[in-house]
Order: sequence, then structure tokens, then C-alpha cells
Amino acid sequence: MPLIDYANPHRFQRLAARLIPLLGVVSGTLIVLGLATGWVAPADYQQGEMVKVMYIHVPFAWLSLGGYTVMAISALGTLVWRHPLADVSGKAAAQVGAVFCFLCLVTGALWGRPTWGTYWDWDPRLTSVLVLFLLYLGVLALWRAFDDPLRAGRAAAILALVGFINVPIVKFSVDWWNSIHQGASVSKLGAPTIDPSMLYPLLFSALGFFVLFLVLHMALMRNELLRRRARTLRILRAAEAEQ
Amino acid sequence: MNLGAHAFFILAAYGIAAVTLAALMIWIALDYRVQQRRVRELEERVRKR
Repeated sequence: MPLIDYANPHRFQRLAARLIPLLGVVSGTLIVLGLATGWVAPADYQQGEMVKVMYIHVPFAWLSLGGYTVMAISALGTLVWRHPLADVSGKAAAQVGAVFCFLCLVTGALWGRPTWGTYWDWDPRLTSVLVLFLLYLGVLALWRAFDDPLRAGRAAAILALVGFINVPIVKFSVDWWNSIHQGASVSKLGAPTIDPSMLYPLLFSALGFFVLFLVLHMALMRNELLRRRARTLRILRAAEAEQ
Repeated sequence: MNLGAHAFFILAAYGIAAVTLAALMIWIALDYRVQQRRVRELEERVRKR
């Protein structure tokens, strides 16, 4: 069956019921493997044991940007193709992405205090991630501002697309401006500037959190589809009662 | 394991992440049950008519 056929609410529900438990186990295994190997990896020569925060902070940062990208692609699906699953996906991505972005900011602040001497600085990278978090909150607020999910979906999609300009700003802020935040070390062209004893635990952890993101996204989409089904049934009953 | 002078910051980061993600998963699971029950009840009422 072509992949596009799964972009049907009923097929999606059946697929999600099978995939959520399976991917949940995969994600849990990868996260435990990544964090356990990270905890026994040697301490960093400069940061000491504080480097352990990297194994959660970096995946949260990547998934904050990844979540917003999913939301923006879903917004295109809502505004251009008007696909019934697109705004359901956009809302779910906003919910999971906001949580990962919040965790990125909190773990970053806790990492920053001992290494930079401050929890917060109005630095380009930190500020642009805060803007990303506020955009997530804005999209979620728009979802709650309308009773009709179709109108809410369109308004949220416009904000999601406009706000996507912030994604490359977050990514390249450390290259474009002076920043206390370190530059890219894993995704550098050529070779990563991180020792393999820390790189592999980080990659396992990142892969585990990525799969967790997929599971949470799928589960939230499933809930939203049920919520919409209940709404349709309530409207049908109300219409029948009026006749 | 000795986490050194910054143990508080490391444990706080892991603790907050674990609690937040657990809260999200519990909320999703509870919401799923609520929505499922609501749909079932509404479908039964529609069928009875």
C-alpha cells in the first residue's frame, strides 16, 4: 500500500494502534541505552561531569526545531492541500514541540549556570530559542481561541508558517552573531568535533527521543481525531433534536 | 557515582525532564480514555434513535 494511503483518518487510527506500543518500546530502549552509556562515558576535560546534561539537552534542542518544521509542513498541508489530517498533525506537533522546547530551555539554563556563570543571557541563540517557544505558545493559544477546529487550524497554520523564519535563525545564530553558546559540533561538515565516547551515547539518546517524539505525536493525533469525532456526533445529535 | 560539585544541576536537569515527559505521557493516556469513552457514549445514543 502506498504511504499516502495512510493519510486517511481511519487507516491512521488503525496504524497508530499498532505502532504506538511498538515504537514506545523502541524509544524507551534507545533512550536507556543512550543515557546509560552517556553516564559511564568519561567526563569532559573542560566541563567535567556537567557534559552529562548534553545527552538530554541536545536532543531536546534538535526536536524543538524538528517539531516546528513538522508543524510548518502540516501548515502547508492545511492551507494549500486542505488535507483533513494536516491540521490534526500541526496541533499535535505544536503540543509535543512546545514541551521539548521548554525542556531545551530549562536544561540549557541548568547547564549554563555552572559553565557560563548564569542561567540566562540575552544571547542570539538563547533569545531565538525563547522566541521559538513563544511561537509554539502562540500557535497553541490560537487553537484554543476558536470553537471551530477548521478556523483554528487555518489561523494556527498561518502563524506557524510565518514563524518558520525563526528556525534558520535559531540554527545559524551562533554563526551569524557573537554568542556565548557553542557552535555546531555534531552536524559540522567534515567530521564531528566530539569524541566518539560521547558522540555515540548522544546519537542513541537523540534517536530514542526522536522515536519518542513520533510516538507522542501519533498519540496526540489519535486523541484529536477522537475529539473531532465526538464533536461531529454532538452536532449530529443537536441537529436531530431540532428536527 | 560522584557527579562532583555540580551534581544538583545535573540531577535537576534529568529530574525535570523525566517528570515533564512522564506528565505529558500520563495526560495523553488519560485524554485518550476520556475521548474514547465520550465517542462510545455518543455513538450508542445515536444508534438508539
